[in-house]
Amino acid sequence: MAITPDSSVPAALELRGVSKAFGAVVALTSANLRVDLNSIHALVGENGAGKSTLVKIVAGLYHRDAGDFLLRGESVDFSSTAESKAAGIAVIYQEPTLFPDLSVTENIFMGRQPTNRFGRIDRKAMKVEALRLFERLAVRIDPDRPAEGLSIADQQIIEIAKAISLDARVLIMDEPTAALSGVEVDRLFAVARSLRDEGRALVFISHRFDEVFSLCDTITVMRDGQYISTDPISEVTVDEIVRRMVGRDVTELFPKQEAAIGDVVLSVEGLTQPGVFTDISFTVRSGEIVGLAGLVGAGRSEVVRAVFGVDPYAAGRVIMSGTAVPKNSPSQAMRLGLALVPEDRRKQGLVLESSVARNATMAIRRSLSKLGLIDSHVENKAAAIWSSRLEVKTNALDAEVGTLSGGNQQKVVLAKWLATNPRLLIIDEPTRGIDVGTKAEVHRLLSQLAGEGMAILMISSELPEVLGVADRVLVMREGRLTAEISRTEATAESVMFAATHSQEHAA
Amino acid sequence: MSDTTTLTSPAAPAGQAPGRSYRNYGSSLFRRIFVTREMAVIALLAIVIIVASVSVKNFASPITFSYLLLDTTPILLIALPMTLVIITGEIDLSVASMMGLSSVTVGTLTQAGWPIEVAFVVALVVGVIGGALNGFLITVVGLPSLAVTIGTLALYRGLAVGLLGTTAVTDFPKFWTDIAKAKFAATGIPVVIVPFIILAVVFAVLLHFTSFGRGIFAIGLSSEAAAFSGVHVERTKFILFMLTGVVSAFAGIYYTLRFGSARGDNATGLELSVIAAVLLGGVSIFGGRGALHGVIAGVLLIGVLGSALRLANVSSDVINIITGALLVLSVVSTSFLAWARKRRQRRGGTKKTAVSATAG
Repeated sequence: MAITPDSSVPAALELRGVSKAFGAVVALTSANLRVDLNSIHALVGENGAGKSTLVKIVAGLYHRDAGDFLLRGESVDFSSTAESKAAGIAVIYQEPTLFPDLSVTENIFMGRQPTNRFGRIDRKAMKVEALRLFERLAVRIDPDRPAEGLSIADQQIIEIAKAISLDARVLIMDEPTAALSGVEVDRLFAVARSLRDEGRALVFISHRFDEVFSLCDTITVMRDGQYISTDPISEVTVDEIVRRMVGRDVTELFPKQEAAIGDVVLSVEGLTQPGVFTDISFTVRSGEIVGLAGLVGAGRSEVVRAVFGVDPYAAGRVIMSGTAVPKNSPSQAMRLGLALVPEDRRKQGLVLESSVARNATMAIRRSLSKLGLIDSHVENKAAAIWSSRLEVKTNALDAEVGTLSGGNQQKVVLAKWLATNPRLLIIDEPTRGIDVGTKAEVHRLLSQLAGEGMAILMISSELPEVLGVADRVLVMREGRLTAEISRTEATAESVMFAATHSQEHAA
Repeated sequence: MSDTTTLTSPAAPAGQAPGRSYRNYGSSLFRRIFVTREMAVIALLAIVIIVASVSVKNFASPITFSYLLLDTTPILLIALPMTLVIITGEIDLSVASMMGLSSVTVGTLTQAGWPIEVAFVVALVVGVIGGALNGFLITVVGLPSLAVTIGTLALYRGLAVGLLGTTAVTDFPKFWTDIAKAKFAATGIPVVIVPFIILAVVFAVLLHFTSFGRGIFAIGLSSEAAAFSGVHVERTKFILFMLTGVVSAFAGIYYTLRFGSARGDNATGLELSVIAAVLLGGVSIFGGRGALHGVIAGVLLIGVLGSALRLANVSSDVINIITGALLVLSVVSTSFLAWARKRRQRRGGTKKTAVSATAG
């Protein structure tokens, strides 16, 4: 585990002074990364720091503009992902792309099926090899089942099995744990450790520091497309790493202002949609941040989508300051002062191929029109106001929003809804997949908005976020509200108990 | 598209100062107006007109142009709402059949002794109902528009032929058949161009300068994100199908008067000319991209090319081959440009063009 650059032993993978620009947008200015065999190397940085660009260069998806790229001491130059794979590099993405209709085995051997002496595909040999791979990884997946319906965790394992069967020496995992449950993360880590012990080099990209510190032995920090530092993990602390990532001190992750809690803004009464959620009743007051906690799949997003009118509901009422909100009409809900920042910003929050300005003014396009007419001049003006207030980083207002980093995309979604001047802001996973610095900004913003009298309903799967930001925590389990806990009584234990307690019995 | 570059600040690069200001556009006004798919079509149209005027005998005469406009008016008219439908990611193949049905409606009613003006109104109402049926099946029942309008293509044509059989009604008031062919004095410009211009302005404003139009583009790029932003996705599509229905019925009335003949098979196959012209004009078949000026240039390009080649005694088979090849080329060129842009980004991506090329 020698970390100090030892030039006598060539590194498994080494990048020096790599740069990459897309037109006027510079993604990498000088990136360094040196990964040794027998090591799990963490690569961390805020969104937009250039991690993904670096990974894509290694994977052969992009070509570097300048710098050195060495594999086991030899300079390489990939012009396609096939070349990168042939050189022993495998990249496991957050959401693998398998062929859903093909079997697990067929997916592993796609494009290089073993053949028997008649030139036909040797199914038997394929299955034997697949079983051997799974045994080696100590996982149980039926090799004959179709890939359709496999959990994301299992899909990642299949990608890893594929990589091992190709004898990849360098495995890069780009935020693999983002969609995994606790047990699945443990299994993935066990696999990762055994791969390390076999003498492979692993790169692990994650925003979760507890995972980084428990799994990795070395850590490289990037910021604004530049290399910042590489250290053995035992010699650094989380605070230090965060400071290097952000370039400043993040003193408090969840700043919370005191706000005067006022009248009831939203009241939901007996909301029911069979099979999805049952008898949901709660209120949100002005100046109050209500956290909606629970496990993924508990029906939280479905409830807020129904409240906003995107999803249907069979029974119950939604009332905004005394006025009933009609069903199935987001535009009516918006008129009554509701705003919803949805869970999936790439599919639901933004029109990725449209410009920053069009997206930021999407929800206020009616009020921007004069005599029914609207033009880009008015849109740009309105978009600039909220973009600058939230410090969106973009080249120009007509840039496609899909080219922005995740944190900046989330800011555009926030700008879009704050522009409507809502009385109730519903925000579903406000900081999923965004970096530490932006996270703190979002939390400060929510707290500030509540201070100005806005009512906020926040769904979050991150317990520290719920406990740090919310005045009151509602907990859902299997489509029902199981607990309402005040800020003073809310602890990680009490919330988790309410979110899981039937599983406790089952287990 | 037509507004000027207003800089909120002098071209500031992505700076770090809080309270930052933004450039409105990533590329120059010149690039945004002239380096676009629409401008390429307009330029091609101009080149074809100039070359044909110089080299084809009789092409550069008022008569050629007035017949050209009289012939392409139905396509021009229907291309307007069709552009909006295709930008939402849907398609309407029943437009030519609706023209036939509208033509037969006018014919049978006048034959039965109704005043022709009333027959016009009934035909337009038939158009609205036909469009609403398409819209209902697509937005309420939730069927794909390709399947629905292939069905109604057969249905409306069947109704039209069934109502009038193989006969034709040719007895219309001279006043109206004259209007359909009338020209503004010596200029050779047909009168029918007036309703087209009015409709073109209405549709251009609707698509490019209203919040309804913003919704149309958003639906085409991501109907889910549009729904989350309060766009009435289904209602918008329903309205657009009613518009194609009523405009097709209007085109059917014009067609009937111009040729003085109401027949069940009037305008058979015209839907393909309309869609070809819309795609040639730079509208993406996948939805979300396109502009009306490009579409109008696309319709005229096909029309002018056909008319010039006919005057040059080129057979209609060859004309079909040429327009078909043009369409394939235009679709291939779009994909090729996208591919070239990607490649430029992968390789030395320092050229300015890599980003600004996406502005269109």
